[in-house]
Amino acid sequence: MDRQVFAYSVVSTGSFDDVGVVSTEIKRDLEEAGVEKDTVRRVAVICFEAEMNLALYTERGGNIQVVVEPDRVDIYVEDDGPGIEDVEKAMQPGYSTAPLWVHELGFGAGMGLPNMKENSDIFEIVSELGKGTKIHSVVFRRKEDAA
Amino acid sequence: MRLSDVVERLGLEVLARGNPEREVNWAYTSDLLSDVMAGAQPGDMWLTIQRHMNIVAVAKLRDLTGIVLAKGIKPAQEVVDKAREEGIALMVSDKPLFELCGELYQLLRGRG
Repeated sequence: MDRQVFAYSVVSTGSFDDVGVVSTEIKRDLEEAGVEKDTVRRVAVICFEAEMNLALYTERGGNIQVVVEPDRVDIYVEDDGPGIEDVEKAMQPGYSTAPLWVHELGFGAGMGLPNMKENSDIFEIVSELGKGTKIHSVVFRRKEDAA
Repeated sequence: MRLSDVVERLGLEVLARGNPEREVNWAYTSDLLSDVMAGAQPGDMWLTIQRHMNIVAVAKLRDLTGIVLAKGIKPAQEVVDKAREEGIALMVSDKPLFELCGELYQLLRGRG
């Protein structure tokens, strides 16, 4: 198959207990689709951080779509609010708006978006306060890393 | 060194077995999940005092060999169940994190 599209929705539960469920599912789906390990790992990190942000900061959750092509994987993350006030700041490692209880659970290190960018070959983010956030990330597949 | 050997040498209590034959390449220590996502390498063992459910997902996503909780910290039963379900090794040590790191470092460096 040349192109495979996987769609997921992340619910905002206000609890962290189920966070990681969607990205674990994504990892499994990509492995089953025959995507090489290194690419799967990078996509998994990007999706984990995205899932975390959707669960942590949105009111209604959001969607993650993963499109697998022979030479690349595209990840689209979309939600309808609350939006990021200062995207530039949020992209700086260590910058976090997370409350203390979030930190105590091991989140809120201010590395979510930077981690996503780090693992992407192309990373685009558009956010508008009160409207929502859209992220498009591309991971190019490197065949020499084939599992 | 195989996971089962590390377990034996460090005297770890095993809550979920994972794959005991798997090679422990190296290790990573942190209690921040995003930091582990960024810094841990596949095949690493993860030493932490973070007991929350999400440690299993992080270990799974990063392809870690297993999680060791230091200071005798016991996770909730759901976390143990999740680790078993996902095939992630989950272990506990009574030692403080610093001592545990030191011992594992010696072991993996071949000076244990």
